[in-house]
Amino acid sequence: MIAAILSLGCIGMIAAVALGFAAKKFAVEVDPRELAALEVLPGINCGACGFPGCAGYAKAVIAGSADLNQCPPGGAEVVARLARILGVEATAAARQIAVVVCQGDNQRAQLKYRYLGLEDCTAAQKIADGPKACPGGCLGLGSCQQACPFGAIEMTADGLAVISREKCTGCRKCLAVCPRDVIRMTPYESAVHVLCNSHDKGAVVRKYCQVGCIGCHICQKTVPQAYKIENFLAAVVYEQDAEAFEAIAKCPTKCIRDFNEGYPAGSTFLPAGNNKSDAA
Amino acid sequence: MKLRTFKGGIHPPENKHWTSHKAIEDCPLPDEMVVPLSQHIGAPSVACVEVGQHVAKGQEIGSAKGFVSVPVHAPTSGEVAAIADFPHPFGTSLPAVVIKPDGEDSWLSNLQFTDPGSLTSEEVIEKVRLAGVVGMGGAAFPAHVKMSPPPEKPIRTLLFNGVECEPYLTADHRMMLEESERVLQGVSLLQYVYGAERVVIGVEANKPDAIALLKKQCADTPVEILPLQVKYPQGAEKQLIAAATGQEVPSGGLPMDVGVAVHNISTAAAVADAVMLGRPLIERICTVTGPAIKEPKNLRVRIGMPLSHLVEVCGGFVEDPGKIILGGPMMGFTQVGFDVPVVRGTSGLLLLREDDVTKAAEGPCIRCARCVQACPMNLLPTAIAAYARRSLVEETEEYCAMDCIECGSCSYVCPANIPLVQSIRLGKAAVLAKKRKALL
Repeated sequence: MIAAILSLGCIGMIAAVALGFAAKKFAVEVDPRELAALEVLPGINCGACGFPGCAGYAKAVIAGSADLNQCPPGGAEVVARLARILGVEATAAARQIAVVVCQGDNQRAQLKYRYLGLEDCTAAQKIADGPKACPGGCLGLGSCQQACPFGAIEMTADGLAVISREKCTGCRKCLAVCPRDVIRMTPYESAVHVLCNSHDKGAVVRKYCQVGCIGCHICQKTVPQAYKIENFLAAVVYEQDAEAFEAIAKCPTKCIRDFNEGYPAGSTFLPAGNNKSDAA
Repeated sequence: MKLRTFKGGIHPPENKHWTSHKAIEDCPLPDEMVVPLSQHIGAPSVACVEVGQHVAKGQEIGSAKGFVSVPVHAPTSGEVAAIADFPHPFGTSLPAVVIKPDGEDSWLSNLQFTDPGSLTSEEVIEKVRLAGVVGMGGAAFPAHVKMSPPPEKPIRTLLFNGVECEPYLTADHRMMLEESERVLQGVSLLQYVYGAERVVIGVEANKPDAIALLKKQCADTPVEILPLQVKYPQGAEKQLIAAATGQEVPSGGLPMDVGVAVHNISTAAAVADAVMLGRPLIERICTVTGPAIKEPKNLRVRIGMPLSHLVEVCGGFVEDPGKIILGGPMMGFTQVGFDVPVVRGTSGLLLLREDDVTKAAEGPCIRCARCVQACPMNLLPTAIAAYARRSLVEETEEYCAMDCIECGSCSYVCPANIPLVQSIRLGKAAVLAKKRKALL
């Protein structure tokens, strides 16, 4: 009995000394600033910075191989706190958010066929290029919603993805999963967007969608500097879009939209007390 | 005696009674034929004719590009009306040559009978390549590539696939019954090329007439007719090898790794035509069937005939079809309309009514492991599908998703209606995309 206690105790002592020695001898130096930086980062490992997770980015920032403003979800606050850790001055990059440039839900856009398969846009896109007659329209099966780590995307009852301006952090995860490239990164400051992704000619677009851009140039004629038309599709020139809103009322298919005035029909992302959504 | 088979698999309703007793009919020519330039696995062929040009039946209209590629031929004589993108059974628009038949249906003038005894095996393979012969079971892999295995992997067993395990389809069955001579000519040609010791034609036991006929005709030859237990997916290459020889193809390997080559019996017939008559692959047997069609038939169709023409020949619809499938119900490709053409891999056109197509609500996995039992590749479908749906690409690959043959047995047996094979297919695509990215 006593022998057992003694022998086990001795083994324990020896092991403890050996471990203690090894811990000192082979200790890995960790820059305390790296831990501090990791603490500051959002910790969602979204990968938007291009590094393997927040730890990877923290390491790169401290090593000086990455800029401070590469964490879109963190925004200006994280840039400021990282700058404090490093003791440098830094300014945040302009905030970018994702926008679904399509309003053609199942009510307003024609379908080629009834899709009964897997609830996944990539799977649907494989069958005759997707059930939507429009080659660029939102398929509405929610792959982007599932990919969003922030719950910033919702699917309306009629099958259209809508992204919240406030919740979106600009991590671009939704862009990666969308098989139709219908999601774009836009400056947060710009609330006016052309919500259409079809490069077909106007007559073709009219056949399959009530709210598609027909490339009529009216927006460009109204505010020349704020709109450009390429391949029968208008787009806002975000660098000089101060007066872009003036074309909204003139657009014959209502595909230009000011998100400050409300989100597309069926969305629950409404700015308080200021919704002129066409759902009403 | 107990019949041989493989492990796993399912027993879906066969539904072959619609057409199994019906003799093959020649399908009349339509007004216009659309011949896709991409009908095989590998590089698409390139159009080598011009709009307005007159082509003879069997004339090359698309030339092969690269080794894993085959030429495409005119299915009838006529004028080239257009070369443009047209809807393709693969689900997108792909380049195709449109031919307006002149009604003459006249062959190229320089076709002649060749005695196969006078050819070397290289000459046989070259003739097969020039004729554009591909695997006619559905995958459409160029036959000449399969016929040229590397010298370090000799083929000891040559297997012919007369299984036709897909429900509804009877094209191969009728082929074996009505054109067994062509099939057996192809079998002996392929045996000559491979120099295989053992030649086996595997036929499922639900085709006793075909088994009896082939047995009679092969009585004095070394060709062995092997009746197999009826089970899906026995017609899949690896499963047929397991059933007929008891060998297992290693993960990620090919049949030649175990010294086996597998060809469809229809491919054998096409090889015979190509080598002995010099005729390219421009027609095949296609089963037009299903509850939505008025007169189900086994048709001899030309490549490029639009599906709408096939429907017309079969008397139109009983009621509007709810689902159009090219191939069988288990592994066929859903189509959006009838404007796509017949291609080399089109073994059937299945038309289901609206009522036959139900979308059952999906439930949670109850861990019954029926999918695991059914999986003929010994995979864990429920685990792979769960990983694939969460976009966990590494785990998907680790659980051997790439070994999935997409037979759909797991989805068929799942009591919770989980879209297992559908999810696994997406997972496989993600794994491939990741590998491609890593290469760049």
